[in-house]
Amino acid sequence: MAAISLHAVRMAYPNGHLAVRDVSLEIADGELLVLVGPSGSGKSTVLRLIAGLESPSSGAVRIGGQDVTRVPPQQRDLAMVFQNYALYPHKSVRENMAFGLRVRGMAAPAIDERVRATAETLGLETLLDRRPAELSGGQRQRVALGRAIVREPQAFLLDEPLSNLDPLLRADTRAELALLHRRLRSTMVYVTHDQEEAMTLGTRIAVMNDGRIEQVAAPLETFARPATTFVARFIGSPAINLWPATWAYTDGRLHVTTPAVTLDLDPEACGVTRTPPSAQVRLGVRPHDVALVSPGTGDLDAEVQVVEALGAHTTVHAVVAGAPGQRLRLVTTGAEPLRVGAKVGVRLRRDRLHLFDEGTGRRLD
Amino acid sequence: MTPRLLASIGSTLVVAAIAFPLYWALVASLTPENQLFGALSLVPATLVLDHYRALFDTRDFWTPIRNSLVVATSTTVLAVTLGAGCAYALARVRFRGRTAILAAVLAISMFPQIAIVSPLFLVLRAAGLLNTYPGLVLPYLTFAMPLTIWLLVGFFRQLPPQLEEAAFMDGASPLRTLREVVLPLAGPGLATTAILTFLYSWNEFLFALSFALGPDRYTVPVAIALFRGQYQVPWGEILAASTVATVPVAVIVLVAQRRIVSGLTAGAVKG
Repeated sequence: MAAISLHAVRMAYPNGHLAVRDVSLEIADGELLVLVGPSGSGKSTVLRLIAGLESPSSGAVRIGGQDVTRVPPQQRDLAMVFQNYALYPHKSVRENMAFGLRVRGMAAPAIDERVRATAETLGLETLLDRRPAELSGGQRQRVALGRAIVREPQAFLLDEPLSNLDPLLRADTRAELALLHRRLRSTMVYVTHDQEEAMTLGTRIAVMNDGRIEQVAAPLETFARPATTFVARFIGSPAINLWPATWAYTDGRLHVTTPAVTLDLDPEACGVTRTPPSAQVRLGVRPHDVALVSPGTGDLDAEVQVVEALGAHTTVHAVVAGAPGQRLRLVTTGAEPLRVGAKVGVRLRRDRLHLFDEGTGRRLD
Repeated sequence: MTPRLLASIGSTLVVAAIAFPLYWALVASLTPENQLFGALSLVPATLVLDHYRALFDTRDFWTPIRNSLVVATSTTVLAVTLGAGCAYALARVRFRGRTAILAAVLAISMFPQIAIVSPLFLVLRAAGLLNTYPGLVLPYLTFAMPLTIWLLVGFFRQLPPQLEEAAFMDGASPLRTLREVVLPLAGPGLATTAILTFLYSWNEFLFALSFALGPDRYTVPVAIALFRGQYQVPWGEILAASTVATVPVAVIVLVAQRRIVSGLTAGAVKG
């Protein structure tokens, strides 16, 4: 068990591509930190840097307080679960799990005992003599986990471990992973591009974009208070509404003007106390924070374009009246019957508005 | 006639054209000397083992067979062991000049053999290796290694790198990873490479003729070529010897042909 820390880590590939730009990150002992971001955002590279499979161009990696920047992966005592599992195809499940212990010179009876115990907790006892090719996707995934757990490493690194499973199995395995983390209480770094996985699993999540960490926070905080427009857009489904707007202070009130509406806000209530560098801002409002009202009585009127009824709730895509091209997504409980083409009024929850600087994309409060 | 029928007739003809010389050599090697230059029929009337007896009783053909086996086997073992190490590094380790090294390796195999016979002769004489097994194995390696390296680089590159990374994370050193993870998975590639190297060394003629000075070190191709006397060519014995020399090769290829084919394509095509 160990804390992991990255200090100003930069990773440039020989072709000049900067995959990781000065990332600093503290991962506490026992934490499950999720690195989430779109493909190419550098999240897997960060994981590989922690693993030692890549070495940083500059910066330092520490595990348990020790600088391991130049330590090869063999001596870092971490276990990794790969996206494609990377089970040794010519070895049985038992040998796959035993390999890491054998390499470390553990005595055969002790290895046997550990492998058996781990296999039991993962329900793999009956599969120990099979080859990976004879296993289903879910079973392979368990073996890959087992191979990591049996080692009792300092920390676990998981690289999109669920992305090769079918959706049903993925949800189950996700819950099991959460249980596993609670039972082992070990440090885990988990890479995924799936924001839902990130939200449900992480003690904290680090949202990455273009080699940078945009925000590190508890999952709900990234949802409730996204630090940048990128985080706002990436976290939450359906995606947040982000409209270009201008703003002005008059008479102690904050006026945020979008093409369709001007909102008169109390600066204290929305926490915006400093003047942004420019008058251009982005106004964000989550689809869940938009309420349907009768036309003409809300903040905006809109015309319904697409209705996606999902049973538990309904997602509505609409175009804002008076502002062609300005789209609006909202989520309702599905109680109101909505037709395509219908005119509706919407009300934006004042306490759930997000304001971002247009230039930097950073949150303003 | 259907296209299918045409195709099968065509392929039968091609196979016949390829197989006929082999058949003819086999028949001639079993035909008595005095009938060899008579009107031979396609189906021989009398078959005798005279030529084979002469081969092993009077010509001591066992010696060249033994020499060829020793030289070809040593070359194969050395080329594949050393080549696997080189190829793994070239396939996986990122270092400056990797492409240049691969190109150089390929370039070496493109030298016309005859161009390096004289310099090699001088080198081997200076080293006291003329007319010895190492004196043949070392020159063979210069041609066998590029082949093995190129083939094996292809095989190693095609293995998913995560397997090796998994082994590293499990704590295995690069050498142990090569031994326990990479080589077992590259089995078909190693087999293909070994077979091709063996065939090459078994059939090699020019170096063997130049660097083996006496009958005690002649390999099979050299021995056969030197059967011919001043006044006559003992065709019966030559063909009998050729048949004997072909048998081990044919057996190896037949047994391993599926592996060779899958190996060659597997190495060439990226998964």
